Amino acid sequence: MKLPFGRTTSSPISTGHSASLDFAQPEPVDLASGKYVKLWQGPQHPGITGNMSLELTLDGDTIIDCKTHVGYLHRGFEKLMERRSFIQNFTVVCRIAVPEPTFNEYLYSHAVEEISGIEIPERATWLRTMNLEMMRLASFLMWIGGQGGAFGQYTVANWTLAYRDYVLDLFEEMTGARIYHMYIVPGGVRAGLPDGFEGRAREIMDGAEKLLDQIERVMFNNTVFKARSKGLAIIPPEMIDPYGIVGPNARACGVKRDLRKDEPYLAYDQLDFDIVTGTDSDAYERAYLRLQETRQCISLIRQCLDRMPMDGAFQADMPNVLHWKVPAGETYVKAECTRGEYGYYMVTDGSELVRRVHVRGPSYTHAIAVMERLAVGNNIADIAGMMVSLHTYPPEIER
Amino acid sequence: MNDLMERLQRDFGVDDITVRKPALTTFRVKKDSAETLIRELRDREGYTHLNFMTCIDYIEDGIFTLVYMLHNYDKKLSLGVHVDISRENEDMVSIHTLWAQAWTYQRELREMYGINFPGSPRLEEDFCLEGWDDIPPMRREFDTKEFSEQRFGHREGRHSEEPRDHMKVELYPNRGGDEK
Repeated sequence: MKLPFGRTTSSPISTGHSASLDFAQPEPVDLASGKYVKLWQGPQHPGITGNMSLELTLDGDTIIDCKTHVGYLHRGFEKLMERRSFIQNFTVVCRIAVPEPTFNEYLYSHAVEEISGIEIPERATWLRTMNLEMMRLASFLMWIGGQGGAFGQYTVANWTLAYRDYVLDLFEEMTGARIYHMYIVPGGVRAGLPDGFEGRAREIMDGAEKLLDQIERVMFNNTVFKARSKGLAIIPPEMIDPYGIVGPNARACGVKRDLRKDEPYLAYDQLDFDIVTGTDSDAYERAYLRLQETRQCISLIRQCLDRMPMDGAFQADMPNVLHWKVPAGETYVKAECTRGEYGYYMVTDGSELVRRVHVRGPSYTHAIAVMERLAVGNNIADIAGMMVSLHTYPPEIER
Repeated sequence: MNDLMERLQRDFGVDDITVRKPALTTFRVKKDSAETLIRELRDREGYTHLNFMTCIDYIEDGIFTLVYMLHNYDKKLSLGVHVDISRENEDMVSIHTLWAQAWTYQRELREMYGINFPGSPRLEEDFCLEGWDDIPPMRREFDTKEFSEQRFGHREGRHSEEPRDHMKVELYPNRGGDEK
């Protein structure tokens, strides 16, 4: 089938559109001709991740152009941070990626610590590592539900979202909050583990493992799921660097990159795990890779419980938060979140306010440049599943 | 890294080279050489990953500092390329032909700081502020508090304090907020 602006696809319902590396933008189509339809998917739509929208141009059922629109969640976080004290920013940073606030807390704290030259106690590094892995587990459980739901498997969505609540219970015990924990602060963490936490955490990890086995049987062996996700939105390896693709989206096509291994931080160099990779980065492969990484997460949490010191300081000596003086400096810190490289770039000028913070979220490229390229040539019915398979969070795009 | 920096100093006249940490070095390059240098780093030195592109507003000096963060996956090193441009003549060479994601950053910088990147695709399209008619909001002279007060006005029963002054009074009530 011939599409406008020189693109071709093998059939009206394409499931294997390979992204072009042509950086040129397509010419607008003539809507007045009556041959094409413009359709908005989102910002309020069950098949969209968070609040964003896709402006789709369709030729029949086939997408011939896609434009991502963000801004529905823009609260100017980076601007707000420039006029708040360092500690006040904690109420802001955790809201930048709602399902994964912990990565924001960690990176913001770590950036402040690096510029100030603060060393954190060993126990705090372990508590932070476990907290980040628990966050990864909660986020992946939410994502599996989204991916199942996008292809009509709401049973899986109900299972995982319900089980995520048990992980949130653990967070509540550990930090006092279920979603926005504000647990990781410059100098360490706010508290150690409560009595009996280890036993309850192990019990929930055992249950999660069983749940993942069930999900593998029900979802990944399901004929409909396979038929709809295999060959959908393939990311070829040559697209990885030009588009800045990171995390499971890149690993699913065999690119062995994971910041936890490549540039270990916190206690990751003391944990046993391998980078999971795939071969063909289509929606199925990416989903299966994330399932394996969810299992890996459970193993990492158990290892943290086995190896972390249960006594000792969890917070370095810090002055009163209202009197923090962060010296002038600049740094870029990053961590591997569920979607890949998440980073904080911070510039300070020695005053009581931060000069500039830039938040680098993986969705910035995955949901815009990559999404717009991959959507072309696919069927309108697959757009929701494709979007979830890229695992995007809009708030980290508009910040 | 030292060899590379020496070569960049010689060929591109980079200065202000600072090792921020073992895996991150930053330096400054003139606007005219920036695109060629970044292309060279990508094609010949293995800095194939553009982590991000952003801007810092130094209103007191009348400049914007553009920051291109590049990463080399093999050497596990990052380079922060700083480029100073005038706040008054906010034009910068586009790098959308180097990375397919770069135009998104440039579109955002156009909206948030008013910097122009001639030739960059879809530059005029709104990024996340639909129908914005004020000055670009990430510029330092844009006051968010003043904007919200003007735009949304006073609401009965709503009262706000400057957090720092308020906390001083809360913490040191007997000293009238004097922390000494």
